[in-house]
Amino acid sequence: MRLPATTSQTVGPFFDLGCAPLYRTELAGPGVSGERVGIQGRLLDGDGQGVPDAILEVWQADANGEYAQQAGLDSKADENAFFGFGRIPTDADGNFRFSTIKPGSVSAPDGTRQAPHILVSVFARGLLTRLVTRIYFPEEPLNESDFVLRMINAGRRRTLMAKSVSGRKELREWNVILQGTNETVFFDF
Amino acid sequence: MTEFTRYLRVLPGTQPDHLHPPYVSSRKRAPRKPLVYMPYTISEVTGPVFDPDLAKPGSFDLTRQHSGAPLGERIVVSGRVLDESNRPVPHTLIEIWQANAAGRYLHTVDQHNAPLDPNFTGCGQVFTDEQGHYRLVTIRPGEYPWRNHYNAWRPAHIHFSLFGPAFATRLVTQMYFPGDPLLQSDPIFNCVSDEKARDRLISVFDWENTIPEQALGYRFDIVLRGREATPMEA
Repeated sequence: MRLPATTSQTVGPFFDLGCAPLYRTELAGPGVSGERVGIQGRLLDGDGQGVPDAILEVWQADANGEYAQQAGLDSKADENAFFGFGRIPTDADGNFRFSTIKPGSVSAPDGTRQAPHILVSVFARGLLTRLVTRIYFPEEPLNESDFVLRMINAGRRRTLMAKSVSGRKELREWNVILQGTNETVFFDF
Repeated sequence: MTEFTRYLRVLPGTQPDHLHPPYVSSRKRAPRKPLVYMPYTISEVTGPVFDPDLAKPGSFDLTRQHSGAPLGERIVVSGRVLDESNRPVPHTLIEIWQANAAGRYLHTVDQHNAPLDPNFTGCGQVFTDEQGHYRLVTIRPGEYPWRNHYNAWRPAHIHFSLFGPAFATRLVTQMYFPGDPLLQSDPIFNCVSDEKARDRLISVFDWENTIPEQALGYRFDIVLRGREATPMEA
């Protein structure tokens, strides 16, 4: 007998109160190995206005393509360990920024390799349930064969790409567009 | 083929669509293009696992975070976190936040003309035990106006955020109180067509966990998305 999962409800406008203890925008401590990358962008609504009351949560593998089994986000956390979880609030103009390392490739269900990617959940006032999307890196050769990217029509794939800012590989721009022509690709699973 | 746990698809009518026009804020924020349906990969079936030491001692009791007692009616909220196969979800983090007894959040954006309570913050954390049980002590939150429509008031509620074992099991929801007359006109509560699903968001008065002379008990069980049965388990 299946118990149906509890219905999702919006985080509302006051989520800071409960969510701030886990805000984490620097994912990789000084001892973590991997290619450093800062990802910045804006969360925009259907009028092109920044969304000030939202959080992004990210989940990613380490540079070797391994997901952490334990995320000790307290004072005892080992600065050489990589947990791969971040929670990033948007500011008053809908801007967000976090720094991490580029994840390694992980396996796909068909035994091939997925292109390096970061999972993102978006929570906001107005969203009754989270939105799920992915960040990819445009220079990765595995993008060509990535089975998730191949499910998306070519014109929309670019909404998932974290582009270099002024040619700097360590600084990326990646926006979340909730509605309109350039609407970000969101996933259901 | 790489073998790993997969999670069940949601049951129709039990989870909200992104666009729910009566909830005005969803109109400019809900995506309009169809979501891309994808199979589970290792990325969605793994997720952050938090160390129970993360919750500070006493963070389950929102009535003892300041020098004095908060105003309002003390309540005990307890229940179990289960998956869709009725298995307990052990050692998982629950975060809660809520308004004070007057219906005011301790938040700069909340401009409701009701008093703040210097003895109430409205933020709690607790981990489930081995059997998925949790217990919180707080005060009953007040209702408050929110301008979604003329004379709109949110029913009393507590926000719950849970992780479960995987990215796929992440859930943010709200717990309501039995008999609240504001439920019938609340577009957030009424965001799904399945009446039973809505009713499961309403806590149940809990005599067993009511503490004499001290606090009323409310029970709120939470179900996180469950795993598909694997051939090994069948």
